[in-house]
Amino acid sequence: MSATHRTIDAIWRIESTKLIAGLARMVRDIGLAEDLAQDALVIALERWPLSGIPDNPGAWLMTTAKRRAIDLKRRSQLYNRKLDDLGRSVDTYTEDDLDIAMEGEIGDDILRLIFMTCHPVLSSDARVSLTLRLLGGLTTDEIAHAFLVAESTIAQRIVRAKRTLSSAHVAFDVPTGEELKVRLSTVLEVIYLMFNEGYSATSGGSWLRPLLCQEALRLGRILAESAPLEPEVHGLVALMEIQSSRFRTRVNAAGEPILLMEQNRALWDQLLIRRGLTAIERARKLGRPLGPYALQAAITACHAQARSAEDTDWVRISALYEALSRAAPSPIVELNRAVAIAMAFGPDFGLQIVDELTADSSMKEYHLLPSVRGDFLLKLGRSEEARAEFESAALLTRNERERELLLKRAAECEISTSEQDGQ
Amino acid sequence: MRFMMIVKATKDSEAGVMPNAELVEAMMRYNEELVKAGVLLAADGLHSSEGAIRISYPEPGGKPKVIDGPFTEAKEMIAGYTLIEVKSREEAIGWAMRMPDPHGFGEGEIELRQVFEIPEIIQDPIMQAKENALREQLEGNKKA
Repeated sequence: MSATHRTIDAIWRIESTKLIAGLARMVRDIGLAEDLAQDALVIALERWPLSGIPDNPGAWLMTTAKRRAIDLKRRSQLYNRKLDDLGRSVDTYTEDDLDIAMEGEIGDDILRLIFMTCHPVLSSDARVSLTLRLLGGLTTDEIAHAFLVAESTIAQRIVRAKRTLSSAHVAFDVPTGEELKVRLSTVLEVIYLMFNEGYSATSGGSWLRPLLCQEALRLGRILAESAPLEPEVHGLVALMEIQSSRFRTRVNAAGEPILLMEQNRALWDQLLIRRGLTAIERARKLGRPLGPYALQAAITACHAQARSAEDTDWVRISALYEALSRAAPSPIVELNRAVAIAMAFGPDFGLQIVDELTADSSMKEYHLLPSVRGDFLLKLGRSEEARAEFESAALLTRNERERELLLKRAAECEISTSEQDGQ
Repeated sequence: MRFMMIVKATKDSEAGVMPNAELVEAMMRYNEELVKAGVLLAADGLHSSEGAIRISYPEPGGKPKVIDGPFTEAKEMIAGYTLIEVKSREEAIGWAMRMPDPHGFGEGEIELRQVFEIPEIIQDPIMQAKENALREQLEGNKKA
């Protein structure tokens, strides 16, 4: 790649989201918007190596794409007239739409775009892929690599998603009122899903998929600027910032996971922790009760602020889990609450909560339930029962590394049992 | 990938001359653009070297030598930095090229440096081998 091509690549990376968002508002179709933006890029690739890069490359690309949009419109008007002659008509954008799209707030366009790519008519997989493609500017190949699936799968998923959006006539708008709340939570869910997919892959050997985490964090930061009055947006950003601060300590040299309490805190990224704490403050300052993301962020912040594992304020964490289980009740939150309570008040209190959870059918396949139960039992000196729990947890997990860790813990129980027998 | 854009000091910045309103506004607009693109991690300006100290170790294993500021060679000092997180070196260059001339009277200088990060786990040889095996399997599936 020549130097100019590399520069164009960088400009594309910086400008593509704004460009696609602005164009989508013009033409009201994100597939067409992406095509127009890419046409403009192709023209730039032809011209800039000869003419030099313009002073304002973003504006140049936008003007070029707009011109293409107008050409297309003229052609489609001609086409429409022919359709009219046949007694049919097709809705298209007007010249006014094009002018409005050139003014307007870019931030709003990006917000509209993300509401579209995370629209409820799409499947969860489709939302993630389309958002990464159009807002993250990732290639289908990069997305495929991040999810360890074939590139053609992602390409098809994206094409289908665009088609679904067009045929459902999804409006390029920011929802209002009660709908905003519901739709925003879908957007946050997509971003967090992306982050988690990168943070702890559910299958395969790799624990970290850094690109996905970085993209999710970047999208979250963008969203926080586009929708600054939504506390949960800041809550999610805070959660991702603080979780990211532990990237370098989550696994050891052999690729085995290191538990939070055993991580080297000196290696936690203080810059990201500080950014996370600031984001929680932004959420708090809005003066509404904290939602599930902000509460989870507050919990991770407790860990981030403890100088050593022993300094962790488990009583506060238990209280935050209590609040979280009211804001977003789920057996998984209950399980975490059990862990916090065991740390704050002793393993027998934790065991009580966990025992109630074993009756919950949705938890039957969840490896962390026996894993946590095993941990409590081991602490209570019931190592034979603990071993059985670790073994069933190992059978349930889909992550190879986690399975190794669990089997290691089970083996350790056996040692401590035989030691007891020997005494 | 993290990059640091380092703004070099000048005689004026060392003399405590504040940048004019126009430049301050351009810088604010630029920072806002970085924030909106989700790439800005931190940005700070530094006080002049008056009141700074310089600690040097002229003799290996010896005691440090402390010199009080202000120091004279402005070009060897920094006046501020902007830390960004981007996907490629080219993107970092793209952003650095957009930073306004930080001083505006012929002395402006920005240095772009990549920040060391502890190698991602993906670069670990064992993990890399596993990752590669998975990819090969994937390629195989595709062809099959």
